[in-house]
Amino acid sequence: MMAVIDSARKADESRVRAVTGLRDRWANLPYGWRISVLFAFVIFLYALPGLEIPLIKTPDTDFTSVLFLCAVYVLVAVGLNVVIGLAGLLDLGYIGFYAVGAYTVAILGSPNSPVVIQYPWVVCVPIAIAVTMVSGVILGWPTLRLRGDYLAIVTLGFGEIIRVFALNSDITNGNRGITGVPVPSEGTWPEWMDWFPGITAGRPIFSVSNVIGFYWLALTLVFICMLGVRRLERSRVGRSWLAIREDEDAAEVMGVPTFKYKLWAFAIGAALGGLSGALFFSKQTFINAQGFDLFTSILWVAAVVIGGAGNQLGVALGAILLAYLPERFREFADYRLLIFGVALIVMTIFRPQGLLPSRRRKVELEDRAKEGAVGE
Amino acid sequence: MSERDNLLEVDNVTIRFGGVTALDGVDFVVKEGEILGLIGPNGAGKTTCFNAVTGVVKPTSGAIRFRGKALVGQQRHKITRLGIARTFQNIRLFPEMTALENVQVGADARHKTSVVGALFRTWRVRVKEHELVAIDAKSGVGRLVQQVRRTGQRIFGLSRHTLEERAAREKAVELLKLVGIEHRAGELARSLAYGEQRRLEIARALATEPGLLCLDEPAAGFNPAEKESLLELIRKIRDTGVTVLLIEHDMRLVMGVTDRIVVLEFGKKIAEGTPAEVRENPAVIAAYLGVPTDAA
Repeated sequence: MMAVIDSARKADESRVRAVTGLRDRWANLPYGWRISVLFAFVIFLYALPGLEIPLIKTPDTDFTSVLFLCAVYVLVAVGLNVVIGLAGLLDLGYIGFYAVGAYTVAILGSPNSPVVIQYPWVVCVPIAIAVTMVSGVILGWPTLRLRGDYLAIVTLGFGEIIRVFALNSDITNGNRGITGVPVPSEGTWPEWMDWFPGITAGRPIFSVSNVIGFYWLALTLVFICMLGVRRLERSRVGRSWLAIREDEDAAEVMGVPTFKYKLWAFAIGAALGGLSGALFFSKQTFINAQGFDLFTSILWVAAVVIGGAGNQLGVALGAILLAYLPERFREFADYRLLIFGVALIVMTIFRPQGLLPSRRRKVELEDRAKEGAVGE
Repeated sequence: MSERDNLLEVDNVTIRFGGVTALDGVDFVVKEGEILGLIGPNGAGKTTCFNAVTGVVKPTSGAIRFRGKALVGQQRHKITRLGIARTFQNIRLFPEMTALENVQVGADARHKTSVVGALFRTWRVRVKEHELVAIDAKSGVGRLVQQVRRTGQRIFGLSRHTLEERAAREKAVELLKLVGIEHRAGELARSLAYGEQRRLEIARALATEPGLLCLDEPAAGFNPAEKESLLELIRKIRDTGVTVLLIEHDMRLVMGVTDRIVVLEFGKKIAEGTPAEVRENPAVIAAYLGVPTDAA
C-alpha cells in the first residue's frame, strides 16, 4: 500500500515539476508575447459557443448554457476563494449570499414579486451587491470572532436560515417562487453580429432560448472580478489576508487589524456571491428556494479546495470541473456528490494544495526532496 | 543614564490566571535607547510580562505606559502602531509566505492603502510637500522620492498603493540585509533554517518601526558562534535608535549585551541593576544556583 502511495506521489511530483517548469518558461516570455497569448485565449473563450470542437460539446444540454453555468460557478469560486483561499475562513454557507443576491434582483425587478416597485436590471444588480455585502458584514460582525470549526458551523447555519426563510416568507412568495426575474436588457442583436453562429439579428440578446448574450456578460464579469481580486491579492490587503490565514495572532501583533480585514474578506466574498446569484437567476427568469441547498454550498467549497485554494486559476478550474463534468457525462451526474467526495479525500492525501500548484509550490518541492534525502 | 527618558513604564502589574499568580506587583522602567535584560528562572513570568506589554494578556491590576500613553486595554495592532514590536519564543512566522512578504506584512503596519485604494489604483495620492517629507522620513521611500525629484517624474502620478508597495519592498530588503538573510528573500519562511527564521522574526518586528523591540529568547537553540553574531545584531539595532527589551536564559549573553537587568522569580522582581550589580546580588545567585543547605 505504501509503495502504491509512494509511486503515486512520485508521479504527481514529476507532473508538478512539469507544470511549474511551464510556469517559469511562461514568466520568462517577453511581455508582448504573454499579452498576445492571453488575448488570444480570451478571444477563444468568447468564441467558444460558436466553435465546433469535437468531444467537448455536451450531448444532452445546450452547450452555451453549460458554458454560462461554468462562468457563474467560476465567479462563485473567485468570491469563495477570497474567503477560504486568501483569508482562510471556512465558509460553508456561501450559498446564502448567492440566494440573497438572486432574491434581491427578483424582488426588486420582477413584476410578479410582492414588492410593487419594478427596477430595471442595471439598477437591481448594484443594489443586490450592496445588500449581500451588508448581509456579509451583518453575519461577520458577531461570528468572525470565532475560529475554524466554529465559524464553519455558524456559516452553515446561515445558509440554511436563508433557505428556510426563502421557503416560508411572503416577500419571497414562499415555495411558489418569483417568476419574471428581469433580464439585463431588452435589446436585440444588431445586424453586424449576425455572422456569429447561433446569433440572429433582431432576436433578443438575453433570452432563455439563446444564452450567448448571458454567457458573454458572465464571462466579462468573471474577467473584471478576477482582475479586481488579483489587484487586492497583490497589495497590502492581500498580504494581510494571507498573514491572517497563516497565523492570526502573529498577524495581529504585527499590526494587522485582523477583524477589519476578515470582515472585508467576508464582504467582498459575499458581494461576488450575490453578483453570481443575480446573474444566474436572471437567465433562469424564475427563482424559488429549491436551488439553494446545502449540498451545492459544500460542492463549491470542494471545488475551491480541489482546484487549489488561494490560486485564482486553480479555483476557476475546480469550478469549471464542477459545472461541466456532470453535464458532459450525464450518466454519472447523479454520482457527482460521491465523485467529488472521493476526489476531495484523494486530494487531501496526495495534494492538499489543489490541482494547480500555487507559485509557492516549487520551493516546497525542493523541501520535500531534501527531507527525502535525509530520510534515506 | 538617569537623565534618559522613560520609554516604557511597567507600574505595579499583577496578572492572575485563575489561582496562579504569574506576575505579582512587578514594576520597572525601560529607558530610551538602552538594552534592558529581563531574566529569571523558568516560570518566573518573563513571557507573561512580555504578553502584558504587547497586549496579548490583560493585567489583573496595574498600569503599563509607553511614552506616557496607557497600554492596558488597547487593541494589539494599535499597540504595534504606537511603537512596540516583538518576536515570539516559539517562532511564529507566516510559514507559507516568502521571507520578503513576512517582512512586508510588518512594514504594512505603517501604511494606509485601503481595500478601495488597492482595488482602484488609478486614484492618485495628492501628496503635499510636507506630507511627502513625512512619508519620506517614516517609511523610507527616500530613494524613490529622490529619484522622482531628480527625474522630474510627478510624484502625484503615483497611487498610494504603488508608492507604499515600493516603500515596503525597499524597506523589507534593507531589513533582510540588516539581519543577514537577504539571499533567502524569495523563499518560503518555513523552508528557512532555524537560525534564519529567528532572524526573520527580528526583521519582521523591525519593519513595524518600533520604538521598543521586545525579543523573547532570540538565542534559544543557538550555538556560541551564532549567539555571538546575534549579540552584534542586537547592538546594531540599538545603535539605530531602537530600545531593546530582551528576555534571555543565557547569562553570558545577557551580561554581554545589556545595559541594565531586571530579575524576576516566581512573578516577583527580586533585583534590578547593571549586569555587574546583578551578578553580585545574593538573591539572584540564590534564585539561579539554589541556596546552600548550610545557609538555609
